[in-house]
Amino acid sequence: MIRRHGGQSHGLIEVLHQVQELDGFLSKPALLQVARGLRLPLSRVYGVASFYHLFRLQPPAEHRCAVCLGTACFVRGAGRLAVGLRRRLGLDLDQTSGDGRWALERVSCLGACGQAPVLVLDGVLFTAPPADQPQELDSWLTALGLPAAVALPAAVGLPAAVGTP
Amino acid sequence: MVALPPRERSQLRCCGASGCRSAGAGPLLAALRAAAAAGVAGEPSAIAALTTAEPGSGLEVRSVGCLRLCGQGPLVAWDGPEGTRLFGGLPPEGAAALVAQARGLAPIPLQAEPALAGHRLDLEQPFFRLQRPLVLEGCGIVDPERIEEAIAHGGYAQLRRVLQELSPEQVREQVRRSGLRGRGGGGYPTGLKWDTVALQPPGRRYVVCNADEGDPGAFMDRSVLEGDPHRLLEGMAIAAYAVGADHGYVYVRAEYPLAIERLRLALQQARHQGLLGQGIAGSSFNLELEVRVGAGAYVCGEETALLHSIQGQRGTPRSRPPYPAQAGLWGAPTLINNVETLAAVPVILRQGGDWYAAIGSDKSRGTKVFSLSGAIRHTGLVEVPMGTSLRTVVEIMGGGDPDGGAVKAVQTGGPSGGCIPAALLDTPVDFESLLALGSMMGSGGMVVIGQGTAMPEVARHFMAFSVNESCGKCVPCRAGTVQLLALLDRCVERRATAADLEALEALCAMVKATSLCGLGQAAPNPVLSTLRHFRQEYGAVPGAGP
Amino acid sequence: MSVITLQVDGHDVAVPAGSTLLQAIQAAGLSVPTLCHLDGLDPVAACRLCLVEVEGSQRLLPACASEATEGQVIHTDTAQLQGYRRMAVELFFAEGNHVCAFCVANGDCELQDVAVAVGMDHSRFPYQDPQRSVDASHPRFSLDHNRCILCTRCVRVCDQIEGAHVWDVAERGSDCRIVAGLDQPWGEVDACTSCGKCVDVCPTGALFAKENTTAEKHPHPERAHQLRRAREQQQWIR
Repeated sequence: MIRRHGGQSHGLIEVLHQVQELDGFLSKPALLQVARGLRLPLSRVYGVASFYHLFRLQPPAEHRCAVCLGTACFVRGAGRLAVGLRRRLGLDLDQTSGDGRWALERVSCLGACGQAPVLVLDGVLFTAPPADQPQELDSWLTALGLPAAVALPAAVGLPAAVGTP
Repeated sequence: MVALPPRERSQLRCCGASGCRSAGAGPLLAALRAAAAAGVAGEPSAIAALTTAEPGSGLEVRSVGCLRLCGQGPLVAWDGPEGTRLFGGLPPEGAAALVAQARGLAPIPLQAEPALAGHRLDLEQPFFRLQRPLVLEGCGIVDPERIEEAIAHGGYAQLRRVLQELSPEQVREQVRRSGLRGRGGGGYPTGLKWDTVALQPPGRRYVVCNADEGDPGAFMDRSVLEGDPHRLLEGMAIAAYAVGADHGYVYVRAEYPLAIERLRLALQQARHQGLLGQGIAGSSFNLELEVRVGAGAYVCGEETALLHSIQGQRGTPRSRPPYPAQAGLWGAPTLINNVETLAAVPVILRQGGDWYAAIGSDKSRGTKVFSLSGAIRHTGLVEVPMGTSLRTVVEIMGGGDPDGGAVKAVQTGGPSGGCIPAALLDTPVDFESLLALGSMMGSGGMVVIGQGTAMPEVARHFMAFSVNESCGKCVPCRAGTVQLLALLDRCVERRATAADLEALEALCAMVKATSLCGLGQAAPNPVLSTLRHFRQEYGAVPGAGP
Repeated sequence: MSVITLQVDGHDVAVPAGSTLLQAIQAAGLSVPTLCHLDGLDPVAACRLCLVEVEGSQRLLPACASEATEGQVIHTDTAQLQGYRRMAVELFFAEGNHVCAFCVANGDCELQDVAVAVGMDHSRFPYQDPQRSVDASHPRFSLDHNRCILCTRCVRVCDQIEGAHVWDVAERGSDCRIVAGLDQPWGEVDACTSCGKCVDVCPTGALFAKENTTAEKHPHPERAHQLRRAREQQQWIR
């Protein structure tokens, strides 16, 4: 893989993409191998891998739920959708559950603005939930197979912290 | 272009771009193709008629780029003897009925067909009628995965002509005369940028296309990449010839998988046809283009950060000057233009710089593509002459608020732009007018905000975005945006004191003036513009001292 | 060598072509506060303290990374700049955990000096109190992330002078932090030569020798310049 990129250091991001595609994430042994193959300092490789949001340094969760917080989705109630998801998964945005079953992620525009708000559940796009009717939103989320609401630790403030990293 | 002149043999054009795909274009296209190939299910008389029909009367079902009205997707256009008819939101079950109609084999007239009732869209409505497609002239017509179609519609003709007839200086003169300004946000004169690169001391040069369209609510460039990638490649090749580059990169954000796939295919096809590579179109001009895929970093839309990312580094910006036009990729002069800018080049060469300059307004020439979304009836893509009023775009073309309420504000320029209140909707859309209102053109995202949304929340939404996307290199952006977000939390929760508002404004001014790159410098704009036009919503809590 | 002339706070000054605005300011016998800049290391213009006003330009320019040009008229100490600098220092203090009284660098800390210079005695922005760690895995040195201001001098001196590139910046935005190797304990990174240059150039008490306790750190930031000059110009200066 590294040879295909001419073993050149500027191919680092391309190589990381391919490693992640194969392994699902970028493990430290894999990063070490990439650094050796491209003859780059370890810290440089780690610095790049940790800079970009799409590179995962941990194994991916079993189920991934990404809520779009783009502006069009925001205007159409993505904040309320995010609150619903956080409550159900007991997770903050960009957090993975301790048992590795669920990850809640934010994305900043999926380009499906016409169907806003949208979320992606295990790679499948779901569009236009009834974000302004709490009850209907709840049944919509249940229909997607999301777990029922769990008790939130006090630290996860709702709803003021939506959109706050 | 959506509406085509009447044609004898019918064809169906199904939008295969991301927006419609997310609305179910995939299954619909498959159903249309199946129906076209197999006859009309459940209509024995039609099937009988089909088997006796002349050979070659088969209906062509084509996958094309964006048909504009994304909010009504999936979209299908039927071009026939009566001209073009557009259908939106058709489920796969409706495919058979549409195919039967298109073949002229349906037992009932179009108006009476229940499966199509309510799916017909009016092509005479202002949303379509007021468009002026230049950049998007092939988008929705050509199949983006077939270079033959692009060529049949005039693709690469200007590249061939330029290589045979014009010197690089003559090409640059046309671009200068066109008055084209960078469509990525800054509005820097494109001709001047090309000249700067071309006139550097002899040596290697690079051309880079910035396809890292990151503003939330902006999907213009994606539509070009997905709908007519050859137009971009032609523009890039002409640019490379004009500045003397023989190597280039298209930097696309990883969030656009379909665009990446189609761009890679287009590059392969262009190489195969001798339109890229060594000795292009029989000339002595060589150009190698590569696709580089981002990895999720908004800041990489900033020129110097983008260059670092292409070089396999952290996407952090650096201080300018030197500008990339002087010292860019690996220190060589580098031309960076965004997708829409480069895609405008072929039409400028075809019609001449003066022709292009006659469109638009005084200081902003030509057309601009906008993506309309948010609290608006018609979500989608519009290309209009510069200088068109916001009201025309939002209320007349976009149809205003979907529930019939009044538009509250329009957000332009993404996280770097601002909110323009409804009272100022008569403002013409051009670089200077938007800047004067504390917003900016940006790349072309237009998000309409309805009465139900509080403006401090909008400001906080963008600040959260900037906090999340700050690269962390310089302190005003890294730490300043965090503090601004905390202050905006107080505003949203109606806990802000007069001192908080004072601190908010002072910090906004500091972050704007002292941040290293455009991301940080523009991060306060959504706050400043909402403070300017909607100050009452920030209302300080009297007496609540710190 | 061609010479250019410019005006700094009303003083005419002549400097060799290719000089930075910072060198021009120093040639005029004046100074501006700096934190990330260090003679001998490539500039990054990250701390924004050395921003100056240039007549005829809307933008402020970082003196460390901007080339002086003929006829420029620059101002280094206007009320506007003073306000911005003070705010930048407040942001530095608010984003980390800086407690001078217990710090190894107390009395010999560039952040402290700059705070005094810009007249900052408290931050009007709330302190973030981030949870940060201390890496004491190296046999001779420690890294206290609480005191790090991300000036990247350590990253640059290790890469540009020592050539080991032990350090780099990881993550982004307010999560940025200095990492050794693949985010390993410093002591486990075999690329480290234990030369101590990173400790010498650190402007705060983030990097320090283990034998130092409160107020005992006395760094040698000038060494970066000395080493560079020796390597590139074969000139040994003391």
